[in-house]
Amino acid sequence: MTNVDATPAELGHAQSSKGSRFFRRVLRSRNVVAGAAILLAVTLLVALAPHISPYSPTEQFRRNRLQPADAEFLLGTDNLGRDIWSRILYGGQVSLQVGIISVAIGATLGALLGLLAGYLGGHADTIIMRFIDVMMAFPGILLSLVIVAVLGRNLHNVMVAVGLSSVPVYTRVVRGSTLSVKQFDFIVAAQALGGSSWRIMMRHILPNVAAPLTVVATNGVASAIITGAALSFLGLGQQPPDPEWGLMLNEGREFIRVAAWVTTYPGLAIMVTVLAINLLGDGLRDILDPRLKL
Amino acid sequence: MSKYLASRLLQTIPTVFLITVVVFLMLHLSPGDPVLVFIGDKQSTPEQREKIREDMGLNRPLHIQYLTYMGNALRGDLGRSLQTNVPVMAQIVNRLPWTIELSFAALFIASVIGISVGIIAALYHNTIIDTLAMAFALVGISMPVYWSSLLLILFFAVRLRVLPAIGQGGVERLILPATALALVSAGSLARMVRSSMLEVLNQDFVLTARSKGITERIVVIRHVLRNALIPVVTILGLILGYTLSGAVITETIFARLGIGQKYVEAVVQKDFTVVQGMTLFIAMMYVLVNIAVDVVYAFIDPRIRYD
Repeated sequence: MTNVDATPAELGHAQSSKGSRFFRRVLRSRNVVAGAAILLAVTLLVALAPHISPYSPTEQFRRNRLQPADAEFLLGTDNLGRDIWSRILYGGQVSLQVGIISVAIGATLGALLGLLAGYLGGHADTIIMRFIDVMMAFPGILLSLVIVAVLGRNLHNVMVAVGLSSVPVYTRVVRGSTLSVKQFDFIVAAQALGGSSWRIMMRHILPNVAAPLTVVATNGVASAIITGAALSFLGLGQQPPDPEWGLMLNEGREFIRVAAWVTTYPGLAIMVTVLAINLLGDGLRDILDPRLKL
Repeated sequence: MSKYLASRLLQTIPTVFLITVVVFLMLHLSPGDPVLVFIGDKQSTPEQREKIREDMGLNRPLHIQYLTYMGNALRGDLGRSLQTNVPVMAQIVNRLPWTIELSFAALFIASVIGISVGIIAALYHNTIIDTLAMAFALVGISMPVYWSSLLLILFFAVRLRVLPAIGQGGVERLILPATALALVSAGSLARMVRSSMLEVLNQDFVLTARSKGITERIVVIRHVLRNALIPVVTILGLILGYTLSGAVITETIFARLGIGQKYVEAVVQKDFTVVQGMTLFIAMMYVLVNIAVDVVYAFIDPRIRYD
C-alpha cells in the first residue's frame, strides 16, 4: 500500500510507519489470524514429530491391526498395525515440504519469466508467453504427471514437477503487474539515469509486484500440497513404507469399508492445512490487493 | 465473426506446433538412453539395443524423427502400447466416451451448484447466508478430489448403500465421481459468480431498471443475471480442463475405464508410447475446448467486436 490512497485522517498518523500500519490491518483480518493460527499449529506439530509422536511412523504392531482410536493409539492403526497419529505427524513433514519447495521453484522461475516478458516486451515477451501457452495446454494435474513421467518417479521429481507446472500462474500475474508498474514515472526516471534493465527489474519493479506475487504464492502452497499429495496418492511420489498424507489415503482406500479412519484422518489433515493456507491467502489478498480477482 | 474465428485459429497454430514438438521431445528429455525407455526393466545386450535403435529410427536426425512421428500422428497412428501392443489411438477411442461423460457431468453439476450458490450469496450480500455460502465455497476449493471422492464413497456407498462405489455405465455410477470432481470447481465458480453479480448490481442500468418500478425479481433475472454470467463463460473452459485432468484421479478411484485411468496406469507402468500419445491427444483437445469457449464468449457478449 502506498500513500496515494491514504485519507487525510490516515496521513495525520504520519508517525506510524508503513510496516506497523500493515501489521495492524493484518491483525484486524479474521481470515489471516485464523489461517495463520491453524497453520502455525500444524507446522509446529509436524516439525516436532520426532519429539511428540508416540511411535515410529513405520513400526508395525501386528497384533493391533486396523484398530480404532483408543488411549494407546490416538487415531487408531492401519492395516499393518502402524500408528496413524505418528504417521500423520511424520507424513506432514513431506507434504508441507513439497508444498513449500515446489512453490519456491515455481514462483522464482515464474516471477523471473514474468518480469522479463513484461519489462522487455517485444520478442522476449512473445517467446516467453508462447512457451507459457504451451504449458497451459496441459490442464491441472496433467502437466505434473507429464513431468514426473519424463523425469522418473520419486519425491524430488514430484517437487520439480509441481513447481514447474505452476510456473504459468506466476508468470502471468507478474507480467501483468510489471506492465502496469512499468508506466510509472520512477521507472522512467531510473531508465533516464542509465540503470541497466536487470537492475531496474530487480530493484524497482520486483518490490512493486511483490504484493500480488505473495498472494498468489500463498494460495499456491495450498494447491502444491494438494497436487503433491495427489501424485503420491497415485503412487508416483513418496514410496512405502514411509508416510505421506496422499500415500496414506491411498493405502487406506482398500479398507474403507471396515476401517474408515485409516483414510479419513490423513484426508482431514490435508483439508485442514489447505483450508488454513487458503484462509491466509484470501485474507492477505483483501489487505494487499483488493482488486486482484482469483 | 468468421474473421474473428479465422484469426483465433491462426493464433493457435504456433502453440499447437510447439505442443507437438514438446510432446515429441518427451522421449529425448527423459534422462538416459531413449532406447532403454522401450526396453524397460528387461535385460538387453548391446546388439539388441542397436537393433531397437535402428527399428525405432532413433539413429536418424531429430527433425526427421519428428516429421515421421507427426506424419503418423496426423494419420491417426500414435504408435502401439509397449505393454500390450494395442494401438494407442484404439485405446483412446475406446475410453474417450467414459471420460467425456464424466467431465461434462462434472461441469454440469459444478455449474448448477456454483452459479446458484454465487447468486444467492450476492443477493443476500453481507448476511449470514452470504457468509455460509462463501464458507461452503472455501471448503469446496480446499477439498482435494481424492479426498472428496473417498468421503462420498464412504457416505453414499458404504454407510447409506444408495449408490455403487465403483464402475461405469448408468446415471447411478456417474453421480458420485462427477460430484467429487465438481466440488472444487463449484467453489471457485460460486466465488466468481458472486463478485460478478455484486459488480453488476451496483451499476447504473440496474438503478434505472429499479426506478422503472418493475419487481426486484425481474430486475435480477432480466438485467443482472444476463450481464453477470457473461464473464463466467470464460472460466467454463478452465473448469472443463480441470474436470478433464481431474478425471485422472476420479477414474482411478472409482475404477472407471476412461482416459485418465489409463494415463495413470501408463505412467506407473512406464508405457511410454501410451503416455506420449495420450498427452498429445489431451493437449489438442484442450486447445480446441479453449477456442470453442472464446468463440462462444464472442458470440454472447454484444460488447465484444473483434473485427
